[in-house]
Amino acid sequence: MSESTQVSDRTTTREQAPVRPGATKWRWAAAAALLAAAVYAPFQLVPFHVFQLTMVLIYAVALLGLNLLVGHAGQISLGHGAFFAVGAYTAAILLDRWDAPYPLTLPVAALVAFVLGLAFGVPAMRLRGLYLALVTLAIAIFLVPLLKRFEEVTGGSMGLSLAKPAPPAWTGLAEDQWLYFLALAVTVAAFLLAASLLRSRVGRALHAIRDNEAAAEVMGVRPAYYKTLAFAWSAMFAGIAGCVYTWVIGFVSPDSFVVNLSITLLAGLVVGGLGSLSGPVLGALFVMFVPSISQDINEAAPGVIFGLLIIAVMYVAPTGLAGLAGRATNSIKKTLRKG
Amino acid sequence: MAGFLQQVIVGLGTGAIYASLALALVLIYRFTGIVNFAQGELAMFSAYVAWQFTAVGVPFWLALVLALVVSFAGGMLIERVIIRPVEGAPELTVVIVTVGLFIFVNAAAGWIWTFLIKDFPNPFPGGALEMGGLSVGFGTLGVFAVVGIVMGLLYLLFQHTKIGLGMRAVSTNPESARLVGIRVGWTLALGWGLAATVGAVSGVLVAPLLFLEPNMMGGVLIYAFAAATLGGFDSPVGAVVGGLVVGVAETLAGAYVTAIGPDLKVGVPLAIILGVLLLRPQGLFGRAVVERA
Repeated sequence: MSESTQVSDRTTTREQAPVRPGATKWRWAAAAALLAAAVYAPFQLVPFHVFQLTMVLIYAVALLGLNLLVGHAGQISLGHGAFFAVGAYTAAILLDRWDAPYPLTLPVAALVAFVLGLAFGVPAMRLRGLYLALVTLAIAIFLVPLLKRFEEVTGGSMGLSLAKPAPPAWTGLAEDQWLYFLALAVTVAAFLLAASLLRSRVGRALHAIRDNEAAAEVMGVRPAYYKTLAFAWSAMFAGIAGCVYTWVIGFVSPDSFVVNLSITLLAGLVVGGLGSLSGPVLGALFVMFVPSISQDINEAAPGVIFGLLIIAVMYVAPTGLAGLAGRATNSIKKTLRKG
Repeated sequence: MAGFLQQVIVGLGTGAIYASLALALVLIYRFTGIVNFAQGELAMFSAYVAWQFTAVGVPFWLALVLALVVSFAGGMLIERVIIRPVEGAPELTVVIVTVGLFIFVNAAAGWIWTFLIKDFPNPFPGGALEMGGLSVGFGTLGVFAVVGIVMGLLYLLFQHTKIGLGMRAVSTNPESARLVGIRVGWTLALGWGLAATVGAVSGVLVAPLLFLEPNMMGGVLIYAFAAATLGGFDSPVGAVVGGLVVGVAETLAGAYVTAIGPDLKVGVPLAIILGVLLLRPQGLFGRAVVERA
């Protein structure tokens, strides 16, 4: 988490806080404290809240993938819900048809989503970002009737019901707590993977392309190759999230993965913060809790709030909540140093 | 053979509707270089406005005119208020703003008119015109007539009026247009207003066929995208031809290819978009843009 990456944007004020030696240490401390709180939480909350937090973790993984694409590669996907669904269905079908062990479903779901992302990324990425948005939107719309069609495999509109992973006896955990810890483990692993990916050659290439494609190309970075790769990686993270979703919910049906899911994911990410590692977590909290709270006002309230917030965020804070939080800490630090 | 031709006619009828929404997309793209993901939702909202007028007792055709006027004003307002601040911003920012608009308009319609399905009056009589074994529904003919009139008016506006000349100048080169005294900002707003009006026509034409509800245009939008991609995003003629081709392809695929069938025909636009991107990215009538760094 050493780089505070920000969306390259004319409206963004690029305020890179000078990284002092102490800053990294504080970040690690904050991450450790957050993790400790995350481990402690399920023992204090009622099962329903534990379930909600589990969903937050799942969304965070999906948003992490989407962030790789939107925040770091500067491309737009309006169909990440489809890759989420692919992961969920891959896991569900493996469990339903072949009685596969749970741990096996995760790599398979990841691989299937990765390969699909690669396949769709090749035609879409040869051109500007706009076409990827079109293609992904079309995929998200097409997937639902496709899932309904192949009834013998996918269970059609009725979907598939599955047994949830049972907690091993030695842990002494309840089912909801066990599922929570499974999701937490996957989320932590996914964040570490994404962080190291971004610090590698691939991450640097993506930032170079996002900030100035022509310059990157001159430096020997192949834009189409890296953009396609970023799309495939981000599809993979969505697939992983979908797989954990299947474990936790124990049920998949086409109507859980309508276009709205994809659009909500993008909305959550934008509000949470593009291009930062904490953005997906904040976005996931948003995706989970804003609809459930605001639904009481009106059925349409979540949409109105999301829509207005996205536009407002793009105007005033293109780095989202994460960027605002970063700015706030910076100014607090400055005040402290002065005082 | 008659059955086949019959399907082609049905396809052309739906294609004309896709063409009108695609035309709205192309108009905005030509002027501002923006692909407006909210275009379908704006059309849906316009259809609701028309429905609201008929619901309070305004005769249909007057309600349509009123709805078009409201849409035109709304389109201009959206450009002034929402799009203006991100003018010239990177594509990512603009696309996200239009997606935000998409979500907002969709939810706002649900909030105002609820998510319950509404019955939209069909302006055209139910019968059909019989010609040599083929029957062409009056509805289809009506759609053709309306879309044809809209295209004709747009052509007249762009090619034979001073405003149209100014609009063409702005879409070719905004800086030079500004230098010769054209008010670029207002012209762009005018472009959005026109696009919203053309989109409103497609919304009003779709509403009696599908049912009027906030998610009505979601599927239509993707067909319009396929049409615009096929015709070339910067070509109005391409949008119309693309719309008709997509409509016919969709209907024929649904009717004759059993593996696709009526349920999977929404895959046709996806296949068309992918095919065009692979084979001829600028579309049939579009100009290939050479980018200079």
